[in-house]
Amino acid sequence: MLNPQSPTADRVAQLSWVLFAIAAIVFVIVIALLILGIVRARRIEPHAGELVTRTDDRRVISIVLLAGAVAPAVILFGVMTWSITITNAAAARDTPLVIEVTGHQWWWQINYPHENFVTANEIHIPVGQPVTLKLMSADVNHSFWVPELSPKLDLIPGQTNTLNLEADQAGTYRGQCAEYCGIQHAHMAFLVVADAPDTYARWVTQEQQPATTPSSDAVREGEQTFIQSACVYCHTVRGTSAAGTLGPDLTHLASRQMIGAGVLANTPGNLAGWIVNSQAIKPGNLMPAMELDPKQLQAILAYLQSLE
Amino acid sequence: MATIADKRLTDIWGESSSLWRTLATVDHKTIGVRYMVTAFLFFIVGGIEALLLRIQLGSAESTFLSPDVYNQLFTMHGTTMIFFFATPMLFGFGNFLVPLMLGSRDMAFPRLNAFGYWVFLFSGLFMYSSFLIGAAPNGGWFAYVPLTSLQYSPGPNLDFWGLGLIFLSIASIGGAANFIVSILKMRAPGMSINRMPLFIWALLVTAFAVIFAIPPLTVANIFLVLERGFGFRFFESQYGGNPLLWQHLFWIFGHPDVYIIFLPAVGIVSEVVQVFSRRVVVGYTLLATAVVVTVIIAFGVWVHHMFAVGISPMASDLFSLASVVIGIPAGVQIFAWLATILTGKPRFQLPLMWVAGFIFVFVIGGLSGVMFPAASFDQQVTDSYFVVAHFHYVLFGGAVFPIFAGFYYWFPKIVGRMLNKRIGWWNFWLTFIGFNLTFFPMHIVGLLGMPRRVYTYQGGLGWDTINLISTIGSFVLAVGILLFIVNLIYSLNKGEKAGDNPWDAATLEWATTSPPEPYNFKTIPTIYSRVPLWDQKSHPNDESSNPDPTDPYQRETLVTSLLDAQPESRLIMPEASIIPLVLALVLVLVFAGLLIHVLWMTGIGVAVSLIVVGWWLWPTRQEAEAAAS
Repeated sequence: MLNPQSPTADRVAQLSWVLFAIAAIVFVIVIALLILGIVRARRIEPHAGELVTRTDDRRVISIVLLAGAVAPAVILFGVMTWSITITNAAAARDTPLVIEVTGHQWWWQINYPHENFVTANEIHIPVGQPVTLKLMSADVNHSFWVPELSPKLDLIPGQTNTLNLEADQAGTYRGQCAEYCGIQHAHMAFLVVADAPDTYARWVTQEQQPATTPSSDAVREGEQTFIQSACVYCHTVRGTSAAGTLGPDLTHLASRQMIGAGVLANTPGNLAGWIVNSQAIKPGNLMPAMELDPKQLQAILAYLQSLE
Repeated sequence: MATIADKRLTDIWGESSSLWRTLATVDHKTIGVRYMVTAFLFFIVGGIEALLLRIQLGSAESTFLSPDVYNQLFTMHGTTMIFFFATPMLFGFGNFLVPLMLGSRDMAFPRLNAFGYWVFLFSGLFMYSSFLIGAAPNGGWFAYVPLTSLQYSPGPNLDFWGLGLIFLSIASIGGAANFIVSILKMRAPGMSINRMPLFIWALLVTAFAVIFAIPPLTVANIFLVLERGFGFRFFESQYGGNPLLWQHLFWIFGHPDVYIIFLPAVGIVSEVVQVFSRRVVVGYTLLATAVVVTVIIAFGVWVHHMFAVGISPMASDLFSLASVVIGIPAGVQIFAWLATILTGKPRFQLPLMWVAGFIFVFVIGGLSGVMFPAASFDQQVTDSYFVVAHFHYVLFGGAVFPIFAGFYYWFPKIVGRMLNKRIGWWNFWLTFIGFNLTFFPMHIVGLLGMPRRVYTYQGGLGWDTINLISTIGSFVLAVGILLFIVNLIYSLNKGEKAGDNPWDAATLEWATTSPPEPYNFKTIPTIYSRVPLWDQKSHPNDESSNPDPTDPYQRETLVTSLLDAQPESRLIMPEASIIPLVLALVLVLVFAGLLIHVLWMTGIGVAVSLIVVGWWLWPTRQEAEAAAS
């Protein structure tokens, strides 16, 4: 969060540095006083044991109140006022681009309602343009956190939380679920990819297409194998009969950078390992190990890799 | 000046055999020590859980622990430390010290006291029995729904948790009531409310906090048990409920709870700072006011644990401002203690060393703490390792360091021997260094984006080395704590013998033998100042000038008025009794029945409990005679 890449994250980062600086100064003062006490103790050691009889602590008490109550109050209220302006500036505003994010145990369903397509675990946004995220949950509490771009906001079942998101520069930003949501909370990551406007437009157009029609025999065979497998009970590939909704949409799987909700890079080897036994990689996740012989696996892999 | 024991009184107030003593004692000192020993054992267990967590997190994608085991361990680590270590340990100190500091012969309700200990022990065992079936609670120490509802946590794990905590709450509330009545009504004559030791102020205020904070938690747990076991729908929106209801109830308890832990520790700090600076503490009124104000505000800030759930900017602004206010009394306290040290003639013996450690660690935790009211900042760091760092700094710094200060300070009074200085020095430094090495890096890795409650993390994100440093630090810390156990074992047998008042302290507990006789004071003293033992020359305590109206040979102690502690009446203290233990055992049946869904067991348990309570309240022959006359 100290490498901010958005206006909001930047404002929070600035506030953070000031908070750290104030904290450091106060800490130094307090420790200096403590060390002073320790050092003085050494010097008066010969008289140790005797009681100090003071009758008038009024001056000391004024200093205690000044240092312990007045100064902190002034500083803290100042800082809070600044923070309140940041909160108000970041209050969600309507934007033309709306993206619905639904949290599942342990992956992210991403829906572009106006553009009419669904994807998973990877969000694309145009650079420099604020978008509105509608955060919902299909099961338990999750939290959407991309530290470089934004403070986090929870996904609570039964309500929709709204967050504006914006990136200053093109790039890929990593986010991770930040509300303990069960056994694989640790492996529920996602990517936010900020694209230049034309790149973004191309991505949207691509995502809006149904699945690429197979161009080779191998891929056609793969499509057959896929449709006849258990995969279709949980996954959707638009343009085919696979319409399961328990797991991520796979229509454009090959265009994504990672699989398993930010767990593995999207390579053939990793994909194969994931399909055959995702339990070994993400134990407890809701995808069972798939019983496929090598030929079936290769066929399905060929098909999935064609889904750009 | 050594106090001389009265053998006849010892026999009247003590128990006849060690078995009877074990099962039936109502002596606050024995019960206090039991609380402390049991709580310390839970501390060790919680610490071992933490070491296992740190081994797992020492490297990326480690397979040392499965995610399921990890999630049980981190849940039990938090639950154990907060519910079964911190508060019971401080209540243990309170139990031992309160009657002694007040100049009384026991707490107001000795049998309730004994009962509270057994309930604490049995509820802890109840919860830990879940490990025997591999189903320890795994919803995190704050157990958010819907994750902890039956649908997403189908096993018995969360039933152990919810029922265990409801069970424990009986002890908490009973104990709090006992402290309040004892502190308000059993102070020695002349100990007006503005002459009470600051440790007593802290416990009084804490006990009130418990009375108001624990019921919301118990209600939340009852709702959870009803939802999980009996089909209720408090937390489900499609039935008109709301998952956030849990969070509100939990944090209305949870925020005051951190002060329930912190304030008694702060009381210990005030006592130690006073004695070891060789002067009356600076700003007694400020320090007493600070604890009162802290507890009141503590009930108004809970939403700062929920800044990221989607609350309105108005709510967020309001709770931000309230949360800032609560930092102010803490600031006053820190500077008052520093002022006492700087204007006194401090002796940095071990108790004050631990207090110095407390100041260092707690101030860091407090400084990160006052950043969180900035909601926008909070929304970045909440649920990350930054907040894990923060709360360990304030809890370990704010409670554990003072607890160790209290151990080194009061061990001579409890046991009659001093703890060893050399071992103590190593105990302190390794704990201090190990603690900072473990937890300071967590601030950084949190700022780098590492969420909390994760059983592992991806490599290559810049989190690996920092986590390794924390893991190494945790083992240094473990050795430090181990040295305390070494010191304990050594000093129990070979520690230098201690007289009544080896530290030349000021408060009444030091006017008894070390350890104190069962009856505490043969004659209840009259008090003229906040530091009675330091003012003895001006007000020598001889019986002729301040007659004690109670007859200790009849097991009497004194009840005094609320504000000025004028003698009001004599109270007959109950003898040792098996009833508290029996009632606690019957309650185990009640909760076990709910756990395994055998409701007739619960029903029988409730019926028998009522009978046992009737037995408990049945007047003794003495009481019946007194009422008849």
